[in-house]
Amino acid sequence: MVKLLRKIFLVDLFTGLMVTFRNQRPKYIYTEQYPGERPKVAERYRGAPRLNINPENGETLCISCNLCALACPEGLIVVTSERNEQTKRKDLTTFTYDTSRCMFCGLCEDACPVDALELTQDFELATYTREGQIWDRQMLEEGPRPTPYKC
Amino acid sequence: MPDSTFLDSTELVLNMGPQHPSTHGVLRVILKLDGEKVMGTSCVIGYLHRGVEKIAENRTWAQFNPYVDRMDYVAAVSNGLGYCLAVEKLLGVEAPPRAQAVRVILTELNRIASHLVWLGTHALDIGAITPVFYCFREREEALNIFEKYCGARLTTHAFRIGGLLYETYDGFEREVKAFCKMFPPKVDEYEELLTNNRIWAGRLKNVGVLTADECKEYGVTGPVLRAAGVKWDLRKAQPYSGYEKYDFEIPTRENGDTYDRYIVRMREMRQAVRIIEQAVEGMPEGPIMGKVPKVIKPPVGEAYVSIEAPKGELGYYVVSDGSVQPYRVRVRPPSFVNLQALDRMVRGGLVADVVAVIGTLDIVLGEVDR
Ligand code: SF4
Ligand code: SF4
Repeated sequence: MVKLLRKIFLVDLFTGLMVTFRNQRPKYIYTEQYPGERPKVAERYRGAPRLNINPENGETLCISCNLCALACPEGLIVVTSERNEQTKRKDLTTFTYDTSRCMFCGLCEDACPVDALELTQDFELATYTREGQIWDRQMLEEGPRPTPYKC
Repeated sequence: MPDSTFLDSTELVLNMGPQHPSTHGVLRVILKLDGEKVMGTSCVIGYLHRGVEKIAENRTWAQFNPYVDRMDYVAAVSNGLGYCLAVEKLLGVEAPPRAQAVRVILTELNRIASHLVWLGTHALDIGAITPVFYCFREREEALNIFEKYCGARLTTHAFRIGGLLYETYDGFEREVKAFCKMFPPKVDEYEELLTNNRIWAGRLKNVGVLTADECKEYGVTGPVLRAAGVKWDLRKAQPYSGYEKYDFEIPTRENGDTYDRYIVRMREMRQAVRIIEQAVEGMPEGPIMGKVPKVIKPPVGEAYVSIEAPKGELGYYVVSDGSVQPYRVRVRPPSFVNLQALDRMVRGGLVADVVAVIGTLDIVLGEVDR
């Protein structure tokens, strides 16, 4: 009898609907209006790479030790350097970082002894071309350039 | 697959997947149907095969660590824990107590996140649209903790061989405690939506029954096994990473049908909250990294470590030839083994039940195909 009454008065349905209506309060809105409202990612977020420069003289912090390239499981970092005869140190010439193959594991960042290479909080890595995914030294230092769209 | 009724003109062979939304990835199930009745199935897997085990042989021990996250991507933290424990066993080191506590907290949070994905998608398959939004809302909170802790939400790479790389961030304990307080009422909310719902019970009860003996025969583990009444949980049976210190129960049920597996997983989420609460209360101070050399070169030998991942027993068998690279890494993924039972569970049932059974097995194709 109780079962029949439950069936007639749709008790189960209303219990479920009650939960739905409880969640209609504006406080419970979770959706982010993405391009308008930008999410704040965590401080440790592993996003777009950056090669830090010394803010005082604009020189790169990288000492061309190649440790990041060795640490990377994908082998996507290529560091080249040449010997400076005066200081007897290696100077960085090029630094390429192929973001299309990167899985943002952070191993390169951990390996860097001078904190030159860093994965930043920037998460917008889309480009129009495949070549645009390969970041060179200038891009790593200054941030990505807008890629011209080729038809 | 049985060929007995092949001459019957009513028989139909139907491909379900690999793009079918309720096969949870790229699984192809060949169904042999007699009207609405399923006469037999066979699974075609391998669409997501990336050769993870082979990749391991070309990476150093530490470099392979991020790859394991890509197998079971909804429970990446558990994968990382299994791999790290296996290599640690090979090296003969143990993570310091603080690292172990943080590992337990993150793995249990991940268990909750994984079960929430399961609940949301499973309910979606059955036809209940609402739970998925609620589940993903709470999962977001767990993923935010991962993001703040290690910088990634899904493929976390949270642990390192020998311990942890990152110390917990400011407010970690507060946020985890807040999550533990917030979460159990939310589970009540899901249960309110589903447990006594007549449609839900009608779709799940006595569907895809797998008895305890059949589970053992197929090597099925995890909630599927526990729903059949076998009290087997590796966290209790072979404690690792300090699980022996925590007080929790292993939820079991008797019938082994889809509804029982739902109940078991719901209770498991509540138990996970209990474990997290205990772990965060008694989090010891101290170092987070064990004594591991910079270049990891385990001695010649082999080790097998299995842990209780959200989906079942996740095992790593690692062999070292004394070099910087693994000689062999073999993964025993729970989804792959559990999927073998699919045929037994759906044979004789209806087509619509196939969807329910695939959902209840909680497979992740990244792990099945590796
Ligand atoms: S984040 Fe990982 S995959 Fe990407 S460059 Fe660094 S080490 Fe390589
Ligand atoms: S590890 Fe750091 S210092 Fe060394 S090459 Fe890479 S970015 Fe430069």
